[in-house]
Amino acid sequence: MNWYGCWAFFVKEVRRFYSVVVQTIFAPVVSTLLFLLIFGQVIEARIDSFSGLTYSQFLIPGLVMMAILQNAFSNSSSSIIQSKMYGNLTFVLVSPISPLELYIAFIGAAVLRGLAVGLGVLVVGWLWFDLQWYSVSWVVLFAVLSAALMGGVGLIAGILSEKYDHLAAFQNFVIIPLTFLSGVFYSIHALPEFWQTLSHFNPFFYMVDGFRYGFYASSDVSVYLSLAVTLAFLLVVTVINLILLLKGVKIRH
Amino acid sequence: MSGAVKFDQVSKQFGDLQALNNVSFEVEEGSFFGLLGPNGAGKSTLINAMSSLVRPTSGCISVMGHDVIRDYRQARRALGLVPQELISDPFFSIRELLRVQSGYFGLRGKAQWAWVDELLERLALTEKANAETQQLSGGMKRRVLIAMALVHKPQVLVLDEPTAGVDVDLRRTLWEFARELHTAGHTIILTTHYLEEAEALCDRVAIMQKGEVKALEKTQALLARHPYRYLRITLPEHNPKTINLTSELQLRLVEREASACLFRVEKSISMEVILGWLQENGLNIKDLSTRDASLEEVFLDLTEVKA
Repeated sequence: MNWYGCWAFFVKEVRRFYSVVVQTIFAPVVSTLLFLLIFGQVIEARIDSFSGLTYSQFLIPGLVMMAILQNAFSNSSSSIIQSKMYGNLTFVLVSPISPLELYIAFIGAAVLRGLAVGLGVLVVGWLWFDLQWYSVSWVVLFAVLSAALMGGVGLIAGILSEKYDHLAAFQNFVIIPLTFLSGVFYSIHALPEFWQTLSHFNPFFYMVDGFRYGFYASSDVSVYLSLAVTLAFLLVVTVINLILLLKGVKIRH
Repeated sequence: MSGAVKFDQVSKQFGDLQALNNVSFEVEEGSFFGLLGPNGAGKSTLINAMSSLVRPTSGCISVMGHDVIRDYRQARRALGLVPQELISDPFFSIRELLRVQSGYFGLRGKAQWAWVDELLERLALTEKANAETQQLSGGMKRRVLIAMALVHKPQVLVLDEPTAGVDVDLRRTLWEFARELHTAGHTIILTTHYLEEAEALCDRVAIMQKGEVKALEKTQALLARHPYRYLRITLPEHNPKTINLTSELQLRLVEREASACLFRVEKSISMEVILGWLQENGLNIKDLSTRDASLEEVFLDLTEVKA
């Protein structure tokens, strides 16, 4: 293994998003908190509580997870498509870094950015509202696994996209709808039966539900089922990425 | 000398296009090798296959004895590529880019940073070390690419049209730098459209066309093997545009200039015969000179006439 090469690429990826920290960290934190302001403050009084929680208490873990998912996706997808557009991916491709090392570095940076934005939302939410912490281990486990999974999905999208338009379509027509329909803003028990059933086919639902379990020890499905689904999807995404990188799909000719 | 780069029956198919067709040859260690050919001949595909940016459909390529697919880490450590396209990175300064690139090869520490600074100095980039690539001119970007290719001190350096679009001064500077690297022991592989560049720098050339190697020889041997010499006559009293030539000369006329004519004559024809033809035409010759074919003329002969 070329561990130093992998580390160098990870550091480069982190410095890439840190060099535009307002755009990559602060702006997503603020925009996510606007959801909290609008939904939490305006709608809370009109919605019944969930398992003894206020709507804002229920909402915050969902928003934190939404921020993690979207920003982990954005980091790896935008990084690889920018590298393809500017041509600087060539520098990495001619270096002795293996596909596995590339994948680890991309995912590591995506996890870091996802967690940084998620932490920003969490800290502000924690200051305003009375959050409960049932199990920090479950919280951290789901945060890291979900960020890694979405970093991997972003990498696939970035590799397969030939221009920014393709990536924007993937983000707007796949990632955002799946995030919004994953139970971030509601419990799926509040949905009609058909939509409840459909929600079980949305992998984002399990990440949000498992993450929320870490705060309140209550969830729509078993936390172990959520963990299993998240791990299974992470495995699938990892295998797809390694195949794409090994074959050089859309990055080598 | 042993082979620094070996191509063994390398083919590459892009859809219906046969970009490389069974290419086999060796580039000797320590040589300054020119890879020539018209646009679309397959030069860049071959270079990119060597650098693992293109995967051959069949065949093998090795760099310093390391297969570029099976033993890719060692092959890539032995190879530095200066790509044809100008590349930029909006997030890092030039010095940072060179240090990051060093890291990919597992290189770091004071000695490596000193080498990075030396590269910046040698390529006249020190003043721009903290600038970002978008702030640089095309020529400077080209020099940054050369520095990037050299951070890991590769034994083989590939220059894919390094002087395309750069001014004459910079072209000369890059020539000098390439010569220095060659003298220092690097094997250099150069593709270029400037054939005078290949003639001046390369000790051996391959001429490619339609994915195949049409000629592969020492530069001087290739020039010497060319069956023609060029004869130029200067005429003070005649207008070359209007003079009538006998069929022997008319057949060999290449170009009429304001006060001169250029003929391409077979080397097998003696000078005595040629002078006889000139006398037959009754031309009052002010000056006469002959020369061997240039690489450009050999190149055109191989790639255009036979195309």
